[in-house]
Amino acid sequence: MSIFRFFSKQTSAPTARERLQVLLAHERASVGHSDLVAKLREEILAVIAKHVQVDGDKVTVKMDRGENVSTLEVDIEIPLNAVRAA
Amino acid sequence: MAKVIVVTSGKGGVGKTTSTAALGAALAQRNEKTVVVDFDVGLRNLDLVMGAERRVVYDLVNVIQGDAKLPQALIRDKRLETLFLLPASQTRDKDSLTPEGVEKVMGELKKHFDWIICDSPAGIERGATLAMRHADIAVIVTNPEVSSVRDSDRIIGLLDAKTERAERGERVEKHLLLTRYDQVRAERGDMLKVDDVLEILSIPLVGIVPESTDVLKASNLGAPVTLADSRSAPALAYLDAARRIAGETVPMTIPGEKRGFLGKLFGRRAA
Repeated sequence: MSIFRFFSKQTSAPTARERLQVLLAHERASVGHSDLVAKLREEILAVIAKHVQVDGDKVTVKMDRGENVSTLEVDIEIPLNAVRAA
Repeated sequence: MAKVIVVTSGKGGVGKTTSTAALGAALAQRNEKTVVVDFDVGLRNLDLVMGAERRVVYDLVNVIQGDAKLPQALIRDKRLETLFLLPASQTRDKDSLTPEGVEKVMGELKKHFDWIICDSPAGIERGATLAMRHADIAVIVTNPEVSSVRDSDRIIGLLDAKTERAERGERVEKHLLLTRYDQVRAERGDMLKVDDVLEILSIPLVGIVPESTDVLKASNLGAPVTLADSRSAPALAYLDAARRIAGETVPMTIPGEKRGFLGKLFGRRAA
């Protein structure tokens, strides 16, 4: 190892490596069948739309694919008068 | 027995055509009859890199459509009599390549050559899948850079699913060819290292080609890197890679690593 590295600031290659490892783990898992997280997002929204009139602009969906766990965050504003008569 | 090699990558601009020409010339220099086939219909460039652009009369599509016989379309290299080029069509679109047509041409080439090297177009569409279709060996050209590594991973998946060998339940022999590698930047931590890429893609390494001005010089001259200056660093890397593909055991060297202790302490020699 070079002595310059000891003093130098943060390097970028380890970040590239980590990003690739996480991304490819997901892409390899989703070959053949569509991405699970994306599917969950669609189905959750469909279920909610059955009962509540959802305004597309009032829906925030955030996805974070992590190394071991992914998180799906669905934030829906439901106005009081939006409940569908079931 | 003829061996079919596909040189592929998914991503464009990583060095497929350069590598096809260099490996083709290197295998032909072993006195084995070699043909390089350009599958990039519509955007051919292998002719230019090989220095045969003014000698193209017929192309792959002409042969497939029966407008020309295979021997009429093959162009013999002026420097190496064991090296041939089958150019792609510049005027047709990629749909003029048909699976049946490609199969027929490959079958005929196998009768006459020891090595058939298919230069794949970028992407994962018809040209790329037909180029890999009949491959026994795949050379996956990758730059130490995130988008290239991701696309290579995708191509490796296709090689395991969409090739004739895969469909027969056999495997395509896969080799990683790392190109445009800069040892100084990798050591500094600003470029993915050889081991990083190998660990991520987990296929065996066939060669490390350094980033070098010799590559551009060779294409300016219309000569495969291994013929333009056979002692340049990229030429040596390609010559070794070709020997490994042919089954020889050649120790792997990382270009630009031969610095002593003082060299490491006091700056780095420009390669």
